Amino acid sequence: MALTAVFFYLFATLAVASAAMVIVAKNPVHAVLFLILVFFNAAGLFVLLNAEFLAMLLVIVYVGAVAVLFLFVVMMLDVDFAELRAGFIKNAPIGVIVGGVVLAELIALFVARGAGPVTTAVKGSPVPSGVSNTEALGLIIYTKYVFFFQAAGLILLVAMIGAIVLTLQHRKAVRRQSIPVQVARTPANAMAVVKVAPGETGMPAEPKGQG
Amino acid sequence: MTEAATYAPIYPELVLAIGAMALLMFGAFTRETDDNAQLGGWLAIVILAVAAGMILAQPAETVTVFNGAFIVDPFGRFMKLLMLAGSAFAILMSHGYFKRHRALKFELPVLILLGTVGMSMMISAGDFIALYLGVELHSLVSYVLAAIRRDDVRASEAGLKYFVLGALSSGMLLYGASLIYGFTGTTSLAGIAAAIPPGGVPSLGIIIGLVFLLAGMAFKVAAVPFHMWSPDVYEGSPTPITAFFAAAGKVAAVALLTRVVIAGFPNAVAQWQQIIVFAAIGSMLLGAFAAIGQTNLKRLMAYSSIGHVGFMLVGLAAANADGVAGILIYMAIYLAMTLGVFAVILAMRREEGMVEDIYELAGLAQTDLKMAAVLGVLLFSLAGVPPLAGFFAKWYVLAPAVKAGLGWLAIIGVLASVVSAFYYLRIIKIMFFDDPKPAFEKSDAALVFVMGASVIFTLVFVIWPGPSILDAANAAAVTLKF
Amino acid sequence: MIYTAIVFLPLLGALVAGLFGRLIGDRPSELVTTAFLLIAAVLSWVVFVDVALGHNTARVPLMRWVTSGELDTAWALKIDTLTAVMLVVVTTVSSLVHLYSIGYMHEDDSRPRFFAYLSLFTFAMLMLVTSDNLLQMFFGWEGVGLASYLLIGFWYKKPSANAAAIKAFVVNRVGDFGFALGIFGLFYVFKTINLDALFAAAPSAVGKTMNFVGYDIDILTLLCLLLFMGAMGKSAQFLLHTWLPDAMEGPTPVSALIHAATMVTAGVFMVARLSPLFELAPTALQFVTFIGAITAFFAATVGLVQNDIKRVIAYSTCSQLGYMFVACGVGAYGVAIFHLFTHAFFKALLFLGAGSVIHAMHHEQDMRNMGGLAPKIRFTWIMMLIGTLALTGVGIPHLVGFAGFHSKDGIIEAAFAAHTAHNYAFWLLVIAAFMTSFYSWRLIFLTFHGPTRADHHAFDHAHESPPVMLVPLAVLAVGAVLAGAVFTEFFIGHHYKEFWGPALFEAPDNHVMHAMHEVPEWVRWAPFVAMLSGLGLAYLFYIVSPTLPARTAAAFRPLYLFFLNKWYFDELYDFLFVRPASAIGRALWKGVDGAVIDGTIDGTANTVGWATTKVVKLQTGYVFHYAFAMLIGIALVITYFMMKGGI
Repeated sequence: MALTAVFFYLFATLAVASAAMVIVAKNPVHAVLFLILVFFNAAGLFVLLNAEFLAMLLVIVYVGAVAVLFLFVVMMLDVDFAELRAGFIKNAPIGVIVGGVVLAELIALFVARGAGPVTTAVKGSPVPSGVSNTEALGLIIYTKYVFFFQAAGLILLVAMIGAIVLTLQHRKAVRRQSIPVQVARTPANAMAVVKVAPGETGMPAEPKGQG
Repeated sequence: MTEAATYAPIYPELVLAIGAMALLMFGAFTRETDDNAQLGGWLAIVILAVAAGMILAQPAETVTVFNGAFIVDPFGRFMKLLMLAGSAFAILMSHGYFKRHRALKFELPVLILLGTVGMSMMISAGDFIALYLGVELHSLVSYVLAAIRRDDVRASEAGLKYFVLGALSSGMLLYGASLIYGFTGTTSLAGIAAAIPPGGVPSLGIIIGLVFLLAGMAFKVAAVPFHMWSPDVYEGSPTPITAFFAAAGKVAAVALLTRVVIAGFPNAVAQWQQIIVFAAIGSMLLGAFAAIGQTNLKRLMAYSSIGHVGFMLVGLAAANADGVAGILIYMAIYLAMTLGVFAVILAMRREEGMVEDIYELAGLAQTDLKMAAVLGVLLFSLAGVPPLAGFFAKWYVLAPAVKAGLGWLAIIGVLASVVSAFYYLRIIKIMFFDDPKPAFEKSDAALVFVMGASVIFTLVFVIWPGPSILDAANAAAVTLKF
Repeated sequence: MIYTAIVFLPLLGALVAGLFGRLIGDRPSELVTTAFLLIAAVLSWVVFVDVALGHNTARVPLMRWVTSGELDTAWALKIDTLTAVMLVVVTTVSSLVHLYSIGYMHEDDSRPRFFAYLSLFTFAMLMLVTSDNLLQMFFGWEGVGLASYLLIGFWYKKPSANAAAIKAFVVNRVGDFGFALGIFGLFYVFKTINLDALFAAAPSAVGKTMNFVGYDIDILTLLCLLLFMGAMGKSAQFLLHTWLPDAMEGPTPVSALIHAATMVTAGVFMVARLSPLFELAPTALQFVTFIGAITAFFAATVGLVQNDIKRVIAYSTCSQLGYMFVACGVGAYGVAIFHLFTHAFFKALLFLGAGSVIHAMHHEQDMRNMGGLAPKIRFTWIMMLIGTLALTGVGIPHLVGFAGFHSKDGIIEAAFAAHTAHNYAFWLLVIAAFMTSFYSWRLIFLTFHGPTRADHHAFDHAHESPPVMLVPLAVLAVGAVLAGAVFTEFFIGHHYKEFWGPALFEAPDNHVMHAMHEVPEWVRWAPFVAMLSGLGLAYLFYIVSPTLPARTAAAFRPLYLFFLNKWYFDELYDFLFVRPASAIGRALWKGVDGAVIDGTIDGTANTVGWATTKVVKLQTGYVFHYAFAMLIGIALVITYFMMKGGI
C-alpha cells in the first residue's frame, strides 16, 4: 500500500508540474514534450487504479498519435509566441489571483469537509472480480453503456466531417491523386519511345501524361 | 419485437442519426453541384419533419430508456419540437445565402442533423454522461458550422473563439459533474435528487459542483457572465448559422438547464435559485444596456437574445410548474420572433452584397413597406408590446416569479424591458422616418415564407395558437417533478 | 356548426378580400364577401326560427382563451333568443348593405378594402352579440369601434373624414373607459366575467357597498352606471352623442349599416343582455331612462333644422336610440329590442334611400339644393315614403300599422306605464314623436316635392340607381312594412315571456310589460295625434306655404340658431375639453416635457448611454478576456457559497 501511495504522489506531482510547464515553457516544442510527459504520468495513475487497458490506450493514442501530430503542427507553423506571451504576462496577475482564490477554496473544501461516506463508496466501486480490466470494459460498453458509446461515435463522426469540411479544398490548380487514372495507366499512354539523334538532349518538347 | 418496442422512445433520434449518415453517403457519392447540395438540404428538412411527426405521435407519458439516461416526457417533446422547427427553418433559410456566397456544401445539412441529435440528447438527458455527450455533439457541430465559410475571416475567428471558450466551458461542466459524482456516488439526475436529503442543506461539495455545472450550462444558454462569446460568434458566423444558434441551440440549452436543476436538484432549490437569479439579473440588464451600443443587427440580436434568456431564467428562478410553463411559452414565442428577424436580416441584400448595419434599414418603409412592417411588428413584439406575442412571453415568466415572492426580480425585468424597448424602437424609427437608402433586392420565397409565418404567429398569437400552446406548456411543465 | 359558420363566414370574407383583394380583383372580392354574408343571413333566419320560436338555446364553446389566475375565460357562442334576434338584424342588414355597396361604390378604386372592412365589422358585431362573457363582448365592442373608425375614415384623403373618424374614436374611448372599469369592477367583486356565472352571483351583491374614489357606493348601481357609460358612448347618447352626426362623413352604406342599424344599437343590446344586473340596480335604471328620454328629445330638436339629408337621419337615429334606452330604463327590455329590430329595417331603408338620392344627385347632400325629385327617381321616392311611414309610426291604434308604429308606440306606452316623475319620460317621448314626424316629412317634402332648387344641370342628369341598389331597398321596405305587424305578438305581446325565455330578466316586482297593455285610451292615441300634427305642420310649412319656415326661423332666431348649432355641444366641448386639453398639452410639451421630462429622460438616457459604453467596452474581442470573465464569475459564486456555508 505504501508503495502505491508513493507512486501515486510521484505520478500526480509530476503530472501537475509538467502541466504547468506546458503553459510556461518558452519553446513550443518543449511544451508539447511536457504534454507527452503529462500523458505518461496519467497513464501511470491509471495503472495504479488497475486500469491498465486505459493506460495503454492513453500511451498509444495520445502519446503515439495525437501528441506527435501536435509536434508536427507546432514545428511547421510559424507562431509568434513572444507576442502571445506579452498578453499572457500582462494578464497573469489577475489570472493568478482568480485561480489562486478558486484553488484555495477547493482545497479548503476538501480539507474541511473531507470525503463524505458516499465518496468512499464510490471509491470502492466496481472492479468486477474474475475478469480482466479489458474484459470488464468490454462487458459493459456494448450493453449498459451502448447509448453513450454510440453517441461518442457520432461525436467522432462530426469531428471527422468537420475536419474535412474545414480543410478540404478543390482547387483547379492543385493536382490530386486519382487512383483509377493511375491504375488504368498503360505503357501506350505513358511512355514514348524517342529516337535520339547524336548530339540532341533527347527531351520531348512537351511532357505527357500525369501521375 | 419486444426489444424493438423498448427502444421506441428513441426512434425519432434514430431517424435523425441514420438519416444524417444516409445523407452523408448521398453527398459523398453524388456529384458536387449546387443542386445536389440543395436537394440534400430539402431531404434533411424532410428527415426533421419525419422526426417531428414521430415525436408528435409519441404518447403523452414519461418513459426512460438506457437506465434513465434518456428521458422522453412531454416537457422534452415540447422542447424537441421547437428545436426541430428551429433547425428546419435554419436549413430552409440557408440555401439562398450559401448559394450566393458560392459556399453550398452538402455537409451543412448533415452537420445540422447531427447537431439536432446532440440537442435531442441534451433535452432528454437524464444522466451526466448523456448530458456531456449531447453538449459535446452539439458544440462540435456548432464550432464547425460557425467557421464553415473558410474564405471569411470573421467566420473563422468566430469558429475559433467559440471553440476555445466552448472547450473551457466543457471543462467546467465536466469538473462540476465529477465533483457531484464524487459527493453523491451517481451520475443520474434521479439518483442525485435522491442523494440530497429534503429539507436540509446539501453538502458544500455538491454546491460547488453545482456551481461549475451551472457555469458550463450557462455558457450554452449564453447567460451573464458566460455570454461573452455570443456577440462575437453571432456576428461572425454566416447568418443562417447564427439563426440556427439563436433558435435551435438556445432551445436545447435552456431545456437542459431547466431539466437539470428541476429534476436533479429539487432539494437544493435555495442554492441554485440564487445563482439563477444572479444570472437572470445580469443577463436582462446586460442584454438591455449593451444592445443600445450596437449598430450591427446580428450583434444586436445576440444581446437581445441574452436579454431574453435572462427573462427565461426569471421563470426558472420561480422554481415551480408555472415558471417552467412560462419558459416553454417564452421559448416558443422567442423562436418564432427570432427566426422572423433573421429572415429579415437575410433579406437585407443589395447588389454589392449583404448588409447588416441597422442604418442600412433607413427608410425601408418607403422602399419595401411589407418588409418594414414585418420587422416593425417583430421588433414591437420583442420589446414586449401587447397584444403581440412577445408581451405574453414576458407575462408568463414574470407572473410566476411574482407569485414565488420574487417581485423585485420581476421589477428589474420590467425596467430592463423598458430600456431594451429603446433600441427596438430606434430601428423602427430608422425604418419609417429616415431618408431612404437604395432598395434591397427581391427576397427568396423561403425568406418571405419564414417572415410571413413568424409575423402572423406574432400577431394572432393571442387568439391562435396561443391558448393551445399554453395548454401544452402547462401540461408539459408538470411532468418535471417538483 | 351553423352558429360558428354565421360568425366566421364574414371573417373569412374579410380575410379573403383584405389580404388577397388586390390579387383576385375588385369584382371577386365583392362577390365573395357578399355571398358569404348572404349565406350567413339565411343561416341566421334558420337559427332565429329554431332558437326564438323553437326555444333551442345553445352554448357553443370554441376554445379556451385567457387563463390567468382566477380569470378563466372561454371563447364561446351564447345562443338564445336575444342573440338570435341580433343575428338576424346584423346579418340581414349587413348582407343587404354589401349588395347595395356593389352599386354605390362602383366608382371607388379601393373596393376590396371597403368590403373587407364591412365584413370585418360584421364579424366583430357578431362576436359582440354572441358573446358568452364580458371579455369577448369587449373584444367585439372594440372590434366594431375599430371597423367603424376605419370606415368613417375610408376616404382618408378627405380631411373632414379623418377628423370625424378620430372624433368617433376618441368619444367612444370615453365610454369604453367606463365599460372597461365596469368589467374590472365586476371581476373584482364576483371573480368572474362569464355572463351566466355573473347573473347567478349578482343577487348576492344587492345592497352591498364598495368604496369608490372615497365614497361608499352601492356596488351594483356603480357597476351598472359604469357599464352604461360604455353604452352611452357606443349608442351616441346625450353628452357622448357628438360623434354620430360627424360619422356621416363615411360612405352612405356604412352609415346605414353601422351608424343606424347595428353598431349604435350595441349599447341597447348590452343593457338588455345584462338585464339581470340592471334589474337589481333601480337607481342605474332611472339614470338610463333619464338619459334616454333627454336624448330622444334633444336629438329630435336638432333634427328639425338640419339641412344635410344624412344628418337629419343621423339625429333621428340618435333620437330613436333614446327611445330604446327609455324602454330599457323602465324595464321593458323586450320592447327595447323590438324597437331595435324594426328600427334596423326602416332606418337602414332610409339611409340607403338617402344614398340612392345622393347617388342620383352626384353626391349632393344638401336638401336646400334638391326638391321635386319624385318623378325623376320614383322608386327611391316610394321607398323613402315607406321608410318615413315606418319611422313616424303610422298606424291605427288597436289595429295595425307600419313597423315603427308597433314598437315606438309600445315604448311610449311602457314609459307611461312606468310612471316616472310627472310622467316626464312619457311627455318627452310624445313631443319627440311629434318632432320626428315633422322632420321626417320635412325631409320628404324638401327632397322630392315642390319646385326643384337643384341647379338644372344636376337635376336633368338625376337618374334612378341600378337594380343592385334597389333590390336591397325593396327587401328592407318589406321589413319596414311588416316587421311590426308580424312580430308584435312575439316580442311584446302577452306571451312575450315564452318568446324571450331566459334571455331577458325581469325583477319580480317589474310589471311594466303587462301594465303597458292597460294604459288609458288617450295614451294610446297620444303618439297618433303627435304624428298626425307633425305631418300636418310639415305639409303646411313646406308645401302650402314655403316661405313660412324662413319667417318662423327669423321670429324665433335664437331658438333656431340654438337647434341649428346642435345646442352648441361641439362648441361647449371644444371650450371645455379640446382647448384646455391642447393648452395643457402645449404646456406639458413646452414646460413639463421640455424641461422636466426631457431633462429627466436626457439624464436617464445619458446614464444609459454611459452604462452602455462601459458594458460595450467589456466586449474587447480577446478570447482570454472572455475566459477571465467566466472564471471571475465562477470564483465569485464559489466564494459567495463558501462564505455563506461557513467553511
